[in-house]
Amino acid sequence: MAEVTLTINGRQVTVPQGSTVLEAAKKLDIFIPTLCYDPELTIDGSCRMCVVEIKGARALMISCATAATGGMVVETESPAVVEARKTILELLLANHPMDCLTCARSGDCRLQDYAYRYGVKEGGFKGAVHQYQIEDDNPFIVRDMNKCILCGKCVRACAQIQGKSVVDYSYRGFNTKVAPAMDTTLAGSDCVFCGNCVAVCPVGALQEKGLRAKARTWEVEKVRTTCPYCGTGCNFDLNVKDGKVVGVTSCDGDVNGRALCVKGRFGYGFIHHPDRLKKPLIKKDGRFVEASWEQAINLVAEKLGAIKSGFGPEALAVLSSARCTNEENYLFSKFTRAVLGTNNIDHCARL
Amino acid sequence: MANVTLTINGVKVTVQKGTTVLDAAAEAGFFIPTFCHAPELTGFGACRICVVEIQGMRNLPASCVTEATEGMVVQTESPAVVEARKTILELILANHPQDCLTCEKNGDCRLQDYAFRYGVKGPGFEGQRHSYAIEDSNPYIIRDLNKCILCGRCVRTCAQVKERAVVDYAYRGFNTKIAAPMDVPLGESDCVYCGRCVAVCPVGALTYKRLSGQGRVWELEKKPVTCTFCDSGCQFDLISKGQKVIGVAARAPGPGRPLCLKGRLGLELMYCDQPGTPQLKKDGEFVGVTWPEALGLQGVLEKLKKIEG
Amino acid sequence: MTNPIKDVAGADFILAIGTNTTESHPIIGLQVKKAVRGGSTLVVADPRKTEVAELAHTHLQIKSGSDIALLNGLAGVIISEGLYNKEFVKERTEDFEVFRAAVEKYTPEYVEELTGIPADKLREVARGYAGAENATILYTMGITQHICGTHNVFAVANLAMLCGHIGKPYSGVNPLRGQNNVQGACDMGALPAVLTGYQGVGLDDVRAKFASAWGLESLPAKPGLTVGEMLEGASRGQIKGMYIMGENPVLSDPDAGHVIHALEKLDFLVVQDIFLSETAQLADVVLPAASFAEKDGTFSNTERRVQRVRKAIEPVGEARPDWRIICDVATAMGYPMSYESPAEIMREIASLTPSYAGISYPRLEQGGIQWPCPTADHPGTPVLHVGKFSRGLGKFSPVEYVPPAELPDQQYPLVLSTGRRHFHYHTGTMTMRTGALEVHYGTEYLEINASDAAKMGLAEGDRVRVSSRRGSVELSARITDVVPEGLVFTSFHFPEVAINKLTNPARDGISKIPELKVCAVKVEKTA
Ligand code: SF4
Ligand code: SF4
Ligand code: SF4
Ligand code: SF4
Ligand code: SF4
Ligand code: SF4
Ligand code: FES
Repeated sequence: MAEVTLTINGRQVTVPQGSTVLEAAKKLDIFIPTLCYDPELTIDGSCRMCVVEIKGARALMISCATAATGGMVVETESPAVVEARKTILELLLANHPMDCLTCARSGDCRLQDYAYRYGVKEGGFKGAVHQYQIEDDNPFIVRDMNKCILCGKCVRACAQIQGKSVVDYSYRGFNTKVAPAMDTTLAGSDCVFCGNCVAVCPVGALQEKGLRAKARTWEVEKVRTTCPYCGTGCNFDLNVKDGKVVGVTSCDGDVNGRALCVKGRFGYGFIHHPDRLKKPLIKKDGRFVEASWEQAINLVAEKLGAIKSGFGPEALAVLSSARCTNEENYLFSKFTRAVLGTNNIDHCARL
Repeated sequence: MANVTLTINGVKVTVQKGTTVLDAAAEAGFFIPTFCHAPELTGFGACRICVVEIQGMRNLPASCVTEATEGMVVQTESPAVVEARKTILELILANHPQDCLTCEKNGDCRLQDYAFRYGVKGPGFEGQRHSYAIEDSNPYIIRDLNKCILCGRCVRTCAQVKERAVVDYAYRGFNTKIAAPMDVPLGESDCVYCGRCVAVCPVGALTYKRLSGQGRVWELEKKPVTCTFCDSGCQFDLISKGQKVIGVAARAPGPGRPLCLKGRLGLELMYCDQPGTPQLKKDGEFVGVTWPEALGLQGVLEKLKKIEG
Repeated sequence: MTNPIKDVAGADFILAIGTNTTESHPIIGLQVKKAVRGGSTLVVADPRKTEVAELAHTHLQIKSGSDIALLNGLAGVIISEGLYNKEFVKERTEDFEVFRAAVEKYTPEYVEELTGIPADKLREVARGYAGAENATILYTMGITQHICGTHNVFAVANLAMLCGHIGKPYSGVNPLRGQNNVQGACDMGALPAVLTGYQGVGLDDVRAKFASAWGLESLPAKPGLTVGEMLEGASRGQIKGMYIMGENPVLSDPDAGHVIHALEKLDFLVVQDIFLSETAQLADVVLPAASFAEKDGTFSNTERRVQRVRKAIEPVGEARPDWRIICDVATAMGYPMSYESPAEIMREIASLTPSYAGISYPRLEQGGIQWPCPTADHPGTPVLHVGKFSRGLGKFSPVEYVPPAELPDQQYPLVLSTGRRHFHYHTGTMTMRTGALEVHYGTEYLEINASDAAKMGLAEGDRVRVSSRRGSVELSARITDVVPEGLVFTSFHFPEVAINKLTNPARDGISKIPELKVCAVKVEKTA
C-alpha cells in the first residue's frame, strides 16, 4: 500500500495513505485530545477538539477527519491550537453543571481531563443552562443530559455497534438533545440496555447506575475476566472496591471489543447476593444445619466411599457443570474416573 | 491497663480506657469521617463531621474527643448522624468554590469524598462566599483559602515545630482565616516551605506549586522514601506519573519529624527525572540558585576544590 | 464453531436455524447485524417471528421439528439444479452418491408439506446459499433439542460440505453454545464416553496414558451414563449416590417431577453450588462454592477460544473454589489431590490433551487461544477443517426427517416450545438475584397467537394454566404474532414458571439431548 511521510511537531512519521493526521500523531505517541472521535465508529468531526495547525492551511483543521498527505507539516499544540481548544472547552463548560464534586465520572471524564490539561477553570461566558430532569427510571443506566456535550458517540454506538438506533439527536439549536424517539425515556423505548452507549460516552452524561452510585473511579481496581453467562465469551473488567465487586466496565475484549449485553454488563449483582451459600450444610431430620468444612467433606467422603464399596462404582454418578472452569471440569472428571472408578459423568445442558 | 467494653452499631468492642469513640469504632471496623482530627495531632473537635449518636446523650458528640466508656451504646450512621453530617457538608459547600473540575486535590479530597458518600451535591443554600486571591507568590506552596474549611490541621502541625508556628487563625466569624502574622503571604513570612501543612490539609486549600498542572492524583503514584540529608529520618513520597518521577511531597509529619525544604529539594535532585531549578529567598525575593547552594553544600564544595586544586 | 465469531460479519450469506441470535447471543447478534448492514443476505429458519427473524431478508417460519426436511430440501434443490461445489465434493468428501439418493425424495413440494415453507421460497434460499461466495450456518438449541438433534447437526454439515462452505473464512457450521463453558466441559471430558479432548474411554492406549498420569493401574473402560440415564438409574434404585456440581437439573431438565422423584430416591446426594438451588434443596450435603469472580481458571467459548477467568475478590463467607473442594473430597477418599493453583491444573491438562497441549497461563495473559493448539508456539486454530477434515475426507451422513415424538392431538392441541430471554440466563439462579435484571424483567409470560387466544377467549395478561401429559404451570398470556397459530412459547429461566415440568424427556438417540423444543400442551384460562 502507498505510504506518505509527514512531519508532526518536528518529527517525521510514515503512515499508510488514507490515514488521518490523528492516526499519524498516535503513531508518534503524540496525544491529541478528542471528544467525538472513536476508532470503532464513523467519523463525526463535530466537536473540533482535535484541531491542529497545518502549514499552508488557512484554518485549523480537525485531525480526526483530515487525511495525512506527503510533506505535510503539523503542529498539535501551537498557541493557536491551544487557544482554540480553550475556547471550545469554555463554550462546553458555559453550559455544564459544575458537578465534579460528586459526579461519578470524575476521574474518568474527558471534559475534566482536557479542562485540567488546558487550565480552563470554568465557562468563559455564563450562558443559558439546561435544566433537564435526570433520567433513572430503569435499573441499569442513568442519563443526565445536563452533562451531555452532544458528541453523538452514543447515537453512533447504538446504531453502529448495537444496531438499534434507539437514541438520536432531537430538537434544534440550544435545545438539541440526544433522546429516544418521541423524547421518551430509555425504559419507554426499544432499548435493550446493553450499555454500549455508556461505554463510549466521554463524560458523565451516561452512567452505569449500580457502579456509579457505589464507587469513585479512582477507588476501583479493575480485574479482567470472562463473562459467566452465554457461550460467546465476552471479556470485561470487574470493578472492585473494598473487596467487593461493584460493577463491570468494558475492556477491549478478544471477541467483543467493548460491546457487552445487558447480562454481562449489569448481571453481576448475584455475586454479593444475601442468598449466597456461605457455609457447608448438612441435612439432619429434613432440615439443613450449618457444618464445618471438615465435617462436610468427611461425611461426603464416607458416604460416597460406602456406596462404592457396598454397591460398586457403577452405583455412583456425577454431574459436572458447564458453568465451572475447564480446570474444575477436568478435576471432576479425574475424580469420577480415578477416585470413584466410574465413567458416570455428564453435565446437564449439552446445549 | 483497664479496658472498657462498648457497643458500636450493635458490635461489641473492648478497648483500653482512654480511647476515643472514634478509635474504638475504627477498631470495630467502622469508618467515621473526620476533617480536623489527625492521629498525630491533639484532639480538636472543631469540624464536627465525626459526630455520632450515643444512647442517653442529648446532643450528637464529636467522636474524636469523646472517650469510650463502659457500656456505651453508639450509632455511627443513624439517621440523625447522617442528617447532621449532610448539614455540615452543605454549610461548608455553601462557601466553597465548585472547582473540582481542575482542582489539584480532585480524587484525594475529604470534602469531595464525604459529599459523595452522603450524596450532598452542592450547597443547600447559597451563602456568602469568600473571594480571596489565590496566593502563589512563593515558589513552593499555593494557598487557595477559598477552599479552606478551617479545620486547623495546618496550624497545629506547623506549631509542632517550636521555632516555626507560622500560621494561625486570624479574624473572626465569617472572616476567620488561616494566616501568617499580619496576614502577609507565606512568601513574606517566616515560613520555611517544609510542606508539613500541605501534607495534612484535607482539601485543596494547600497544594504544591511544583506539582501544579503536572498530573491528577489518580494518574500519580506515590512511593515512600526516607530523607538522609540529616539524621531526623523524615519521610517523603516520590510522586511519579507513568515512568517518570515528577516531584517529592512531604508525608504526614510526626512531632519529632521536622521536615525541611532542603531535604525535599535534595530528594528532588536525587530522584526526579527533570528536577526544577531550586529557589531561595534572598533579600526578600525568591531567586533561582544552584543546587550546591540550595542544599547548603557551597562551602563544602569550595573546600573540596581547594584541597584538590 | 468451525469459524470464529468475528467471521460471521464477513459472510455474504447467513443461514440462522433455530437461533434467536440477537436475544440469546447478543454479541454474536451484533455480528449478524453488521453483516446485514454491510449487504449480506440473512435467512432465518424459526417457527417464531423472533427479533433476528424480523431482520432477515427471508424468514422461513417452519413447523417445529421439521428442520431436517428443510435442510434436506435445500440440499435436494442444490443437487438437482447442479449448484453444488463439485470440486469440493470430489476432493474433500465421500459418500456423496448415498447422500444424493437420500435427499432426492425431498422435493420442494414434499418439503412444503412437511415444513409449511412454499416450494419457491425453498428454491430461492437454496440458490442463495449455494451461490454465495462465503456462507455460514448458525444454529443453537433450536436444532439440538429434538429427538433427532444429532441428525439435525448431520443435516447441517451435509449442506455445508455440499457447497464447500466449510474449511475457509466467513463460512462454516457454527453451533452457538448457550452456556459460558459448555464447550469447555465437553473438552475436559465431563462426558460419559470421552476423556479430555474427546479421547475415547474405550481406547486402551488413551486409558493407559491417563492411568499412568494419574498414578493408577487402570481406568474403567465401559462408557458411563448420560444425565437422563443417571436419573433413570436413580429412580430404579441402581444409582445410589450422586455428586452434582453447579447444575440445577430440577429446573433445567425435562419432566421436572420425574427428576425430583429420582433425586429423592438416592441414598446420598451432594450438591456444590453458589446458591441453594432447587436441586440443592434435595441434597444431603450442600457445599458452598465460589463464584466466577472469586477464583482463577479458564472458560472455552463457543468458538473454542480458551480465555482466563481471574480472581477479583475473596470467596464470600466460607465458600471455596470448586477445584479446591474436589481436591479435598478426593484426598478424604484416600486419593491425595493437591494443586497450587489452576495454572498447575492447566499444565496437567495440556500434558494429556493434544488439542490443548500448547495452552498455558503465561500464554493466555496475551489473550485467548482457539484450540487445537498442539504446541507452545502454535498460534491456535481460528478456522477448522482448512484443507482437510479431522477424519480425512468429509463424510456425508444422510439423515431422514422424523416427526417430533409428541405431536398435538385432540386433548393437547398446541405445541409448546421453550427458549431464552435476553434479560435472563438458564435457570435464573444468577439473573434473578442481580438487583437489576429481575427488576426490569421480573415475570414470565406465555406467548400465544391471537387466533388461538380468540378461540379460548383469552385477553392480554390473563392468567392461564398450561398443561402437558407430565405437569402444568400457571402464568400470564401475551398475545403476539411472534408465534404462529398452534404454537406457544415461554422461557425456562423462572423457577416459579418451572416449564420443564411439562417438557418431554424423549431424547435424541445419539446425543441424549432431550426434546425441549416440542411437546403437546393445552392452555386453559384460570380465574
Ligand atoms: S461530566 Fe465530567 S466535567 Fe462534568 S461534572 Fe462529571 S466529571 Fe465533571
Ligand atoms: S443501552 Fe444499548 S440499546 Fe439502549 S440506547 Fe444504549 S446502546 Fe442503544
Ligand atoms: S450522552 Fe454522552 S455520548 Fe451521547 S452525545 Fe451526550 S456526551 Fe456524547
Ligand atoms: S456479555 Fe452477554 S453476549 Fe457476552 S458472553 Fe456475557 S451474556 Fe454472552
Ligand atoms: S488550609 Fe487546609 S489544613 Fe489549613 S485549615 Fe484550611 S483546610 Fe485545614
Ligand atoms: S478542595 Fe476538594 S472539594 Fe474543593 S474544589 Fe478541590 S477537590 Fe473539590
Ligand atoms: S474528535 Fe475530531 S472533531 Fe471531534
